[in-house]
Amino acid sequence: MFRRRDLLMAGLGGGIALAGVTGPFGLSAAFADIPGDRRFVFIVLRGAMDGLNVVVPYGDPAYRNLRNQLAMAVPGEPGGVADLDGFFGLHPKLVQIEAWYKEKALLPIQAVATAYRDRSHFDGQDLLETGGVTPHAIAEGWLNRSLAALGGQGRLGIAVSDQVPLVMRGKVEVASWAPSNIPEADASFLGLVEAMYQHQPQLAATLTAAISATSFADQATGMTGNTPGMDNAAAMKTRPAQQKPGNAQLQMFSAAGKMLADAKGPRIAVLEVGGWDTHTGQGTVEGRLGHNLELFDAALAGLRQGLGAAWDKTVILAATEFGRTAAPNGTGGTDHGTASAAFLMGGAVNGGRVLADWPGLASGKLYQDRDLAPTLDLRGVTKGILRDHLGIAEARLDEQIFPASQQAKPVPGLLRRA
Amino acid sequence: MSKAETAFAAQRFGLGPRPGDLARIGSDPRGWLLAQITAQPLRPAALSDLPPVADRIAVLAALRMARKAAKQDGQETSGPAGQAPDAKAKSAAGEGANLRQAYLDDAAARCVAAIDSDAPLVERLVQFWSNHFTVSGQRPVVAPLALNFETDAIRPHVFGKFADMLLASTRHPAMLLYLDNAQSVGPMSRVGAQRARGLNENFAREMMELHTLGVDGGYNQNDVREVAKVLTGWTVSGLGGAQRARFGKAGFGKGTMDNDDSGSGFRFLAVAHEPGDKTVLGKVYREAGEEEGRSLLHDMARHPATARHIAAKLARHFIDDNPPSAVVAALAKTYLDTDGDLGQVTQQLIATDAAWRSPAQKIRTPNDWVIATFRALQLRGADIGKRCLVALRQMGQLPFMAPSPAGWPDQNADWLSPEALMTHIDLARLTARRVATTIDPRPLVSEIIGPGISPETAFQINNAPSQADALALLLVSPEFMRR
Repeated sequence: MFRRRDLLMAGLGGGIALAGVTGPFGLSAAFADIPGDRRFVFIVLRGAMDGLNVVVPYGDPAYRNLRNQLAMAVPGEPGGVADLDGFFGLHPKLVQIEAWYKEKALLPIQAVATAYRDRSHFDGQDLLETGGVTPHAIAEGWLNRSLAALGGQGRLGIAVSDQVPLVMRGKVEVASWAPSNIPEADASFLGLVEAMYQHQPQLAATLTAAISATSFADQATGMTGNTPGMDNAAAMKTRPAQQKPGNAQLQMFSAAGKMLADAKGPRIAVLEVGGWDTHTGQGTVEGRLGHNLELFDAALAGLRQGLGAAWDKTVILAATEFGRTAAPNGTGGTDHGTASAAFLMGGAVNGGRVLADWPGLASGKLYQDRDLAPTLDLRGVTKGILRDHLGIAEARLDEQIFPASQQAKPVPGLLRRA
Repeated sequence: MSKAETAFAAQRFGLGPRPGDLARIGSDPRGWLLAQITAQPLRPAALSDLPPVADRIAVLAALRMARKAAKQDGQETSGPAGQAPDAKAKSAAGEGANLRQAYLDDAAARCVAAIDSDAPLVERLVQFWSNHFTVSGQRPVVAPLALNFETDAIRPHVFGKFADMLLASTRHPAMLLYLDNAQSVGPMSRVGAQRARGLNENFAREMMELHTLGVDGGYNQNDVREVAKVLTGWTVSGLGGAQRARFGKAGFGKGTMDNDDSGSGFRFLAVAHEPGDKTVLGKVYREAGEEEGRSLLHDMARHPATARHIAAKLARHFIDDNPPSAVVAALAKTYLDTDGDLGQVTQQLIATDAAWRSPAQKIRTPNDWVIATFRALQLRGADIGKRCLVALRQMGQLPFMAPSPAGWPDQNADWLSPEALMTHIDLARLTARRVATTIDPRPLVSEIIGPGISPETAFQINNAPSQADALALLLVSPEFMRR
């Protein structure tokens, strides 16, 4: 049978014309706009990660009392954090990326925040993804505007997710992909659908993007399934989402790495990780936060493995919408806060240090007397990467990609000198 | 009324037509919709086996006790870590499996209720409001209670008062557990003082942001704290020993204002309630135990910001992603004029011309698309609910598994991605192949899409190389992808 992945190999043979598709991700020349063939991955950590127990300021004299039963142990104690620089320590479940810190490929960031200063997840994520200053004022993401700045052609960006997250939505078309185990419709059928969509610009464009993404991803990841779908309850047991949650996440991360590594693959990817909204049962080493970190750590290792040699050209930014209260709430967790931690990772990152202008946790230093105060603008960090790693002009970053963000200067020196 | 409006009524306000539905609806589609607005919507036959919520809570309580016992034994024996004594671990695993199965049965029953519905406006609104007051099985404890939540707290009120739905939702064990209010304790209450437990803001914030006022509704961080205090003591009845572990012995001393309604799963635990007056949005709520919360929720339901929030959300669901602001204002006015009467708000929506403007603009969510498919093809059989779930899992929208308290998103950009479209195409193909020998696609087209079909769609379906391809094309046609 003529399958979608064959579409790629056959250069769209089979007698059907798919307008606008010139190859799964265009020719590799389509990526000439990214200097040095670099890769960038943005990971949206949805639900407000508790940065204080991830990049732990164990050296702050107020930390232990303030965190009370949620305080992480100091390095050397049982369950203690992994020391980073004598002041900050990494949560002990982050085993893989701690090794990256030692090889200077991990740059933890603390007391960082977007322009958002309220405590709604949904507005907070809106600003994290749109890069704006007012929630719901912009309908497209900063990563999509970055793709436009990079030329906007080819299939430069991919969302490894069922849906395209807001950060990558916008005028520039992007691919999206997630593992599937349904038998594929064949190319001739897709031709009929395309003809049916000829006066439906929105559906036609989505179809074109889908055909490219699927054929490419099948090839790059070696992943398709042919197990029965809609009519077979047994399929529920084989669907990735039905496995342990970590397995599905690992599969997505590893697939993203493989696609980015491919010579004809996308160069910019977005992934999502949930489970950070720890109002209860947060725990210290174990508990909801530790469990989520363990899965996240394993997924990141899968991403690196998938990237292979492309790791050296890669920057990964993982960030959340805001942090959590400095003190525990009344139910063994933390409520919505302000500043949190973020991670820069990858072979191209100038890591092995913690980036923070530490505001302190003493009583007068907390934001509104309850949250870690923000001292670093996440937009500045992001702009530093977009400028120095992807070569996007600063003026464009200030005005278009992060509107009205002149005060949030690009943070210099985030990248290893080639 | 045109024939196009008849099809539109079934697609936009219903769950998609079944063969014969357009004839049944006839020439008065608005009348057909209005006739579905009744004071007490009937409980669909598919839900008749749903056990009362108290039964499910009893299983949850047993599971918690069994897990605790297995854990304690594990700590007492000196065997290798993780090797818990068999009997208790097995008992915990058995209860856990029962609850997982209960969720799957419930989710399947919900699919069947929608597929079989003769009053699809009711089912659409039940699902709309259930999504507005999301409880999600992403918190595993919630999964086996979610259909009870929808059936007990949402369904009876879809044409009733919003205030009643809000109160029922807030008191329901699924919501109390999902957004942690069950655990929130007044720091100055007896339980708070003895057990060093305190407030949890989660429900208070989401209730104002998502259920009532909306994020720009004018509340601040202090209001969130005060609402959390008002609602301390609102917890779950019947969790037994698990509750005792949490609240201590104080939790079982009878307070004078206690209200333990084990039938509904709600309990007001006076000894966990924060004493003293509270101030929310400038209004003082005098210390009155459970009554404080009732009166607060009543005020929230009547607030003009709530009216705007609800009106905008309904208009976005039934008209398009950016509904005309005059329509939203008119719906909000009706809401306020009628003290939040959702039957009257729904009537007004049906009477709104903008809601009938074709072509349809809303991309069907995966849930809507799968239900519409099963209805259109009249897929039947004992395993129909299970098959529906397999499809929904594949498309990433299992019932009661929304990713956050905000529920499933409701805009086109949230659902029309390349990956999602390809999954639609693959599933359409697979489904069509199963039924192609029994269904002739050509008459079906007019039964399902109606007279509004485009020449391109008609041409491709009529000229498809096989009956299976024709059916699959119908399912991914622009007319079927939208509602």
